[in-house]
Amino acid sequence: MFTELEKYKKAEQSEEIIWFKAASVSAFPENGGACVKYKDLQIAVFNFTRRNEWYACQNLCPHKMQMALSRGMIGSCGEEPKVACPFHKMTFSLKNGNNLDGDECSIITYPVKVEDGFVFIGFDQNY
Amino acid sequence: MKKVVVIGNGMVGYKFCEKLRAKDPGKQFEITVFGEEPWPAYDRVHLSAYFSGKKANDLLLASRSWYRENQIDLRTKELIVLIDRENKCVLSHLGHKIHYDYLILATGASAFVPPIQGVEKRGVFMYRTLEDLESMMQYGQKAKSAAVIGGGLLGLEAAKAVLDMGLKTHVIEFAPRLMPRQLDEAGSGLLQSKLEELGISIHLNKNTREIKGNGKLTGLEFADGSFLEVDMLVVSAGIKPRDELAEKAGLEKAARGGFVVNEFLQTNDPDIFAIGEAASYNNMVFGLVAPGYEMATQVVNQLLQNEVRPFTGYDMSTKLKLIGVEVGSFGDAFGESEPSKPIVYENKSKGIYKRINISEDGKRLLGGILVGDTSVYSMLLQMVQNNMPLPPEPEDLILGARGGDKEIGAGVDALPSTAQVCSCENISKSDLCEVISEGVHEIDALKKCTKAGTGCGGCMPLIKDLLHAELKALGKNVKNVVCEHFDYSRQELLDLIKVRGIKTYDALLDEFGEGDGCEVCKPLVASLLASTWNDLVVLQDTIQDTNDRFLANIQKGGTYSVVPRIPGGEITPDKLIVIGEVAKKYGLYTKITGGQRIDMFGARVDELPDIWEELIDAGFESGHAYGKSLRTVKSCVGTTWCRYGVQDAVSFAIRVEERYRGLRSPHKLKGAVSGCTRECAEAQSKDFGIIATEKGWNLYVCGNGGSKPQHAVLLANDLDDETCLKYIDRFLMFYIKTAEPLNRTATWLNKMEGGIAYLKDVVVNDCLGLGEELEKEMAFMIETYSCEWKEVVNNPSLRAKFKHFVNAEEKDPTVGFQPMRGQKRPVDWS
Ligand code: SRM
Ligand SMILES: Cc1cc2nc3c(=O)[nH]c(=O)nc-3n(C[C@H](O)[C@H](O)[C@H](O)COP(=O)(O)OP(=O)(O)OC[C@H]3O[C@@H](n4cnc5c(N)ncnc54)[C@H](O)[C@@H]3O)c2cc1C
Ligand code: SF4
Ligand code: FES
Repeated sequence: MFTELEKYKKAEQSEEIIWFKAASVSAFPENGGACVKYKDLQIAVFNFTRRNEWYACQNLCPHKMQMALSRGMIGSCGEEPKVACPFHKMTFSLKNGNNLDGDECSIITYPVKVEDGFVFIGFDQNY
Repeated sequence: MKKVVVIGNGMVGYKFCEKLRAKDPGKQFEITVFGEEPWPAYDRVHLSAYFSGKKANDLLLASRSWYRENQIDLRTKELIVLIDRENKCVLSHLGHKIHYDYLILATGASAFVPPIQGVEKRGVFMYRTLEDLESMMQYGQKAKSAAVIGGGLLGLEAAKAVLDMGLKTHVIEFAPRLMPRQLDEAGSGLLQSKLEELGISIHLNKNTREIKGNGKLTGLEFADGSFLEVDMLVVSAGIKPRDELAEKAGLEKAARGGFVVNEFLQTNDPDIFAIGEAASYNNMVFGLVAPGYEMATQVVNQLLQNEVRPFTGYDMSTKLKLIGVEVGSFGDAFGESEPSKPIVYENKSKGIYKRINISEDGKRLLGGILVGDTSVYSMLLQMVQNNMPLPPEPEDLILGARGGDKEIGAGVDALPSTAQVCSCENISKSDLCEVISEGVHEIDALKKCTKAGTGCGGCMPLIKDLLHAELKALGKNVKNVVCEHFDYSRQELLDLIKVRGIKTYDALLDEFGEGDGCEVCKPLVASLLASTWNDLVVLQDTIQDTNDRFLANIQKGGTYSVVPRIPGGEITPDKLIVIGEVAKKYGLYTKITGGQRIDMFGARVDELPDIWEELIDAGFESGHAYGKSLRTVKSCVGTTWCRYGVQDAVSFAIRVEERYRGLRSPHKLKGAVSGCTRECAEAQSKDFGIIATEKGWNLYVCGNGGSKPQHAVLLANDLDDETCLKYIDRFLMFYIKTAEPLNRTATWLNKMEGGIAYLKDVVVNDCLGLGEELEKEMAFMIETYSCEWKEVVNNPSLRAKFKHFVNAEEKDPTVGFQPMRGQKRPVDWS
């Protein structure tokens, strides 16, 4: 048994990636996020229209273990794209998951690609 | 790698681990912690909260996963029984032997039990651990009355717990007064009468000779021959350091208990440190957490070879709220350290006692006692600690400056440098100022390097003000800009939006901003756009705070609450039934709010539109509990029912609430209307408060409750209905136009040059000639109001946004509830 948090670590581990077809591009609000279900994971996927970029990370905020990040506001801090948790506004880099307010509790990010109007998220194939 | 072993996983032992890991990210130490109790360290200071429904989990200082993530080997339920100094290892009761390079004794203390015959009887409890409380609670279910031995800090706390359990409560104190170490006779006399009012019996000068009963206690016999019949006894008469490991290990023990330490917290073995209540410095044990934390910090500094401040004692001043009575005792409370003169203020009817001790030359404050009102505690303590000069009339300190209506120091400048700004992270004004003077001039950077404001966030406005004041003092020209993305103040952005007719966040960012925005500027601009154009906020949902995005308040666990508007607090039985039915159908927790309406908690995001559809069908509309907007206008019954009423407060409150419903503003807005001067609607604690007079209404503005309560001030009197509304229109619009983000009206007024006199000039005398424009703008807002929930419910594409997964119809499987008093509550967060 993994704890909620450990599951996400396990799902990002190896180089062998499988691409999961999540939903069509139109399912994601512009400059905002929505939550995708993959097996027993919840993934926050962000359509960063302004930068023409897509990001994905765990939906679980490690601060108080809340399934919330997909409902957070996105933005930038300098060049770094970030998401702010709706609960206590802790912010995390969307690039590497680092906690931008301090060193504790970072999050896991996942690769995303868009093909034929669909959004795909990459997971460790063994997960 | 060096190996650190900590014995004791209590408050101080935990703090040690936290600090060591925080200051040593490279993890040069391996840490193992032994705790005898079954759970990881918890907040003993708030132990009593267990009686008001807190669970063991709520009280944990960190979850087990925290220890794992920080690579701390936590072994709960494991008691260390032996320290073998020769081989540098410890032995646990399970037979495990662990080597250490440094050993930290954080074994705390246990309750001190006076040598009374019969303490082993059933029904006698200590008050120290969660397990103590658990067994007290169980036993208490069958008991009717209880006595607490000990009338000091801890004893009174235990008494409160027993009272909360619904038992007839007695407090037994050996000394002739309560809290003998903190209070003088007059102070404790006052405390005593307050406690007696609550139904607690106080027995002073009582020496308990024997605990009577056959196996189970039935009562107490005192040395004076008297007898008290009780079913339960809690012993809370002091603490006894847990130094039982000292003897066999050859560690020195103090006469009154505790491991003897030097100013570096070392025992007679330099590799063994003692911290917290287990340590005795200079024959003193420090029974509070703050000195324990300081000890932990200094030991961490030594291990990491950082600069160390020798520990030479600690200020034992205390302030607390005991059973609804505030008590403070600071510095030399009794004026015994040197010849001194006391100044005393006592108001028995109000239940206030204040005493300050002044040095003989009248130049310094030595200490004092406060009962019933401790609002000046921090300021006085600062004066003692920093040896600050006394004002010419020292009695002003406890009486307040009389005569003038000017309050003493409201702004950040008046805060002493040691004042705590962020209470979650314990960051003082001087900590922040230091970092600012080192060149950290951005709010985000300041947050990051001090951690201030990263907890509950409630102190952010104060931190911002402080940053600006400091930058000003450094000679910087500071402009109060919104964030890194907009080099404008809120007011400038509002003007730009109006003048350029800008309707979306993206357009504003493209034209006047840089970067990609953030969680600060997005909701701020959203609020400005709403205050200007009154468009539906959900149309630009991703720039809204989560509450505005989903038109509901997010709760612990990720569900939302639903608050329909109930104008003036008036509701028909039929509508009450609808609320009851809807709540029942969706399994929602219901509660009457502090704002005279009903909150339904625990709705999943996908249920919100369905719930609202039913409410709207029954004639309800959004209550905007989620927005920085008008909340409630509370009312009292007024002339229609009340024998004292002089105006119809309910009708007017409903009219006012319906006028301003949905109005977006820099912070939330609250109003109230009282039907006479008795003020049952608490109008003077509101952003705008209306109090009926024989001739009309008195209008008060800029009050609030919250953490820094402030009374509203009179703006105009004896107004008729229409003039009253006109003034409120002007007042609110002026506030919306000129206030800084997240400043309530009170804060806005405090910063306004010219204060209330100027505000009166603008609103009543129209000195800026803005009156008509402000009224027009308000008229536009009133005309264009529509219930946003109604729009969502009737619009399928908006409705589709209320969904947890985009690729599955499932609901969020992690949402969990547990039962409580016949309803539900979210499971605790870890
Ligand atoms: C539900 C309620 C408590 C209750 O169970 O009674 C409540 C609940 C919350 N209050 Fe409150 N306040 C409630 C009445 C009050 C009152 C009493 C009143 O309105 O008469 C006050 C003091 C009066 C005042 O505001 O001046 C009050 C002062 C606060 C404050 C401090 C404001 C300040 O200026 O210092 C906050 C924090 C904030 O807004 O930044 C706050 C914030 C909150 C939030 C929104 C915190 C949050 O973001 O989660 C709570 C969420 C409620 C929810 O999810 O539905 N609440 N809150 C009350 C709802 C009233 C209503 O019907 O809308
Ligand atoms: C009801 C109550 C209210 C209080 N209110 C306040 C307050 O308002 N303000 C304030 O400043 N202070 C207050 N205190 C005091 C405060 O809780 C203590 O100062 C603080 O907990 C001391 O921390 P510590 O780590 O030294 O000891 P503890 O928190 O007691 O921790 C010591 C731990 O070590 C364990 N242990 C002991 N020996 C061994 C061993 N041989 N092997 C393994 N484990 C061992 C114990 O089981 C215990 O869990 C209050 C205390 C109580 C009981
Ligand atoms: S006081 Fe208000 S904000 Fe604080 S816990 Fe209660 S409801 Fe929440
Ligand atoms: S739960 Fe995400 S910041 Fe607190």
